[in-house]
Amino acid sequence: MDAVLFLIFAALAVICAINLVLQTHPISSALSLIGVMGSLAVLYLLLGGEFIAAAQLIVYAGAIMVLFIFVIMLLNAGSEHKVRKGPWVRFFGVPLLVAFLGLLGYAVQTVLPSGEGVRFGGFVQGKALDVGRLLFTTYLLPFEVTSVLILIAILGAIVLARKEID
Amino acid sequence: MNFFVLSLIKAGVVAFVLLTTLAYLQWIERKVIAHIQLRVGPRRVGPHGLLQPLADVIKLLTKEDMLPSHVNKVFYLLAPFIAVFFALISISVIPFGTEVNIGPIHTAMQLTDLNIGVLFVLGLSGMGVYGVALAGWASNNKYSLLGGLRSSAQMISYELPMALAIAAPLLLLNTLSFRELVDAQSGYYLGFIPRWSIFQGPLPQIVSFLLFLIAAFAETNRVPFDLPEAENELVAGFHTEYSSMKFAAFFMAEYANMVTVSCVATLLFLGGWQPLFPAEYGSRFVPSLIFIIGGLTCFYHAINPARPFDRITLPVAGVVFLGIAGLFLVPIVDTILLPLFWFASKVGVILFLYIWVRGTLPRFRYDQLMKFAWTFMFPIAVANLLVTGLLVALTSK
Repeated sequence: MDAVLFLIFAALAVICAINLVLQTHPISSALSLIGVMGSLAVLYLLLGGEFIAAAQLIVYAGAIMVLFIFVIMLLNAGSEHKVRKGPWVRFFGVPLLVAFLGLLGYAVQTVLPSGEGVRFGGFVQGKALDVGRLLFTTYLLPFEVTSVLILIAILGAIVLARKEID
Repeated sequence: MNFFVLSLIKAGVVAFVLLTTLAYLQWIERKVIAHIQLRVGPRRVGPHGLLQPLADVIKLLTKEDMLPSHVNKVFYLLAPFIAVFFALISISVIPFGTEVNIGPIHTAMQLTDLNIGVLFVLGLSGMGVYGVALAGWASNNKYSLLGGLRSSAQMISYELPMALAIAAPLLLLNTLSFRELVDAQSGYYLGFIPRWSIFQGPLPQIVSFLLFLIAAFAETNRVPFDLPEAENELVAGFHTEYSSMKFAAFFMAEYANMVTVSCVATLLFLGGWQPLFPAEYGSRFVPSLIFIIGGLTCFYHAINPARPFDRITLPVAGVVFLGIAGLFLVPIVDTILLPLFWFASKVGVILFLYIWVRGTLPRFRYDQLMKFAWTFMFPIAVANLLVTGLLVALTSK
């Protein structure tokens, strides 16, 4: 059951990701990205990360992508203009892509340590309680530093936007 | 019994009850609004217009389903599905009562109890905005687009105070599962004050309850925050170009969101199915008493009928009410019905509040709406969360 669900949602994530690149209209691409985020949330859930799955759904699919869609709608962005592909792209594009993926797969196989693989239901420390405890004990410093980083980013955005208005 | 069979039966029952509630909620809304405005409301179809929802469904099903030529077809057709899907699916984690034994079967009055239930509902309510935003964009119509834009901006803004208002009682109750939330609110102070989170120490969550209610009005696009469909400036907002069942889907999504939000408010703040006062003071006789009063009122009006057919219909209704009143006194049945009654009555009170506000308040201006969220609700929600957190940290060991 877990494996079947994994295959379905992994395939969905990949299809949505490919669709995201292929679509010419920004809204279609943004919706595909939501599909990727949603599928990833289900994959987290299958691996036992319940809190991470919920956070993925709320933060990425629910909040950030709404802002994306909002901005696209506000600017009323039109379809992308398809550029005519040159001979290089037409003849060498697909072989180069296959070669790159092969190399990447080989590198992942050799560099990463060979573990016992993933077992569904093997990980049970994904509850909000466990994540919260880790965030406020072991990973307290990275957590706080990240929040400061985000604050700086927000302030920077405001400063840049202000300059344009003045 | 087989888990799948049981789940299927429960899903069927919940879906049937929810959809019937949605249909009749609209009838209740029309009736209440009518009485607020000193009108009678729908009363031609069936006694007191009770069959009006059925007539409305038939009307919407048989209306011409138009597909305007200028729309973006895929997204135009997708939008109502998204809206109604995310509105209906949240009900799957809402518990309606305690765990019950029906014969050999032991089950909870809930489809599934997630240990991230609260976050699940929050996530789904955040996804619901896509239906509205896409509908507005795909319609290729400036009124629809403005409605969709307003809706997404409003939902993003009000999601923040809403989430902060939810976080405060979660600090008190220390769980994310709806069933455990209600269990953490059982018991009484001094023997009669219920330990619901709006009364619970160290800090009664009255402020966050009010914040949650206000944000919920905005999240469900209801008056006074119904800017996305402000008809005097935007025709009908994001659903201007929709007709027939596609329009009905948006309508249904709005009502389903109202029901979900009321359920969440009940579970988080009003103690779910915990009665208002303890059983020693006779809280188990309240539903019977209410139904007996209802039945006797029906009999009284049957003796002095306003219309000739009241002589037949009202005694029938009276007997039904008395029968329900008796049902609440049957020993085994009452363990199932009493929690349901308390839960349904609390949800009903909040739903009535929705309608009451709609009949009372005018609509906000758009800049007022945004200013209210960011400069008033957000600081108060943050302060409330901080104070609650401090008090919980000081009082807990």
